[in-house]
Amino acid sequence: MIEKKAVVKLKAGLQARPAALFVQEANRFSSEIFIERDEKKVNAKSIMGIMGLAIASGSEVTIIADGSDEKEAVDALAQFLEKEE
Amino acid sequence: MAKVTVKDIIEKLDLELVSGEEGIDRPITTSDISRPGLEIAGFFDYYPEERLQLLGRTELTFFQKLNEEDKQARMNRLCTDVTPGIIITRNMDVPEELIEASERSAVPVMRSTLKTTKLLSNLTNYLELRLAPTTAIHGVLVDVYGVGVLITGKSGVGKSETALELVKRGHRLVADDCVEIRQEDHNNLVGNAPELIEHLLEIRGLGIINVMTLFGAGAVRSYKRITLCINLENWDSTKQYDRLGLEEEKMKIFDTEIPKLTIPVRPGRNLAVIIEVAAMNFRLKRMGVNAAKQFTQKLQSTILDEHEDD
Repeated sequence: MIEKKAVVKLKAGLQARPAALFVQEANRFSSEIFIERDEKKVNAKSIMGIMGLAIASGSEVTIIADGSDEKEAVDALAQFLEKEE
Repeated sequence: MAKVTVKDIIEKLDLELVSGEEGIDRPITTSDISRPGLEIAGFFDYYPEERLQLLGRTELTFFQKLNEEDKQARMNRLCTDVTPGIIITRNMDVPEELIEASERSAVPVMRSTLKTTKLLSNLTNYLELRLAPTTAIHGVLVDVYGVGVLITGKSGVGKSETALELVKRGHRLVADDCVEIRQEDHNNLVGNAPELIEHLLEIRGLGIINVMTLFGAGAVRSYKRITLCINLENWDSTKQYDRLGLEEEKMKIFDTEIPKLTIPVRPGRNLAVIIEVAAMNFRLKRMGVNAAKQFTQKLQSTILDEHEDD
């Protein structure tokens, strides 16, 4: 299991569309992936969970993955969040 | 963990703020409450300064008997940097010394019309509820025949679809995909949806639907006690599934254990019906009727009879 912290740089935060893309990205990996903010941990493969967190731009989240492709998953997702658009 | 400030209890318990308004945003971190009788008598060795302090008739009457010097010293020591607040009960007069000390260290002093024990129990109830440990779990919570069923399983296994079918059959949705759970008191887990996604359900291919506007107010609940967990998993032909229902698997959330059933998913298995039956069977078991146990007893006695006949 590995963890990685990321600061969300997407300008508008994780709104519905970026959240859907994020979940799609997470679903490419077979590892179990979670995202944690303020002690709230949700499954990164579930769109409702991600949207329920209402992640704003500039907030820090922790990406946690466990499985065969955990390293790739964490890196790809952190990169996704830190992308500035 | 949810944050509770002095302001919250002033509003909730209808308290009157007497002094120390600066400290109104102080956090309350524990549901324990202290009645600092011994402290007023001068024994500060074990002063639980991080708790709310309650001063009732006994404490204040005793306080009046002290000399001026002691009065000031004790009140000063009562008002520390971390003390969230001091509450006077029975609407009694607040001693001058306490007002002075509280203004100096910004500890809010409040007054209630209630008796000490009554206020104490109200405060404890409120604080325990608000300071209860919470967590979020990936799953769907539905109320099936009055049983709070938490459906868990990997992403894409069909939790939301099963919930939709259950709603269509007249059961109630509490939360989809992300369930916030708090342990209210020992053995009592209550789940609700995060506010933002309340009443919503996500179905692959359809997108987000609002269960309340589609199916009506009777199809949703805002919170529900969780009593049963059903874990859906893709059928694994190498794995043994429970065939009798004699053993009971458990799932632990905080320090509460709830029974857990593992249901394999395969085309042709109607999950909604299985969950309905699981909920009914769970109720039946709680009423003392256990079909699996009754059957094994019957089987056992039949086998014994056969044996005797031989």
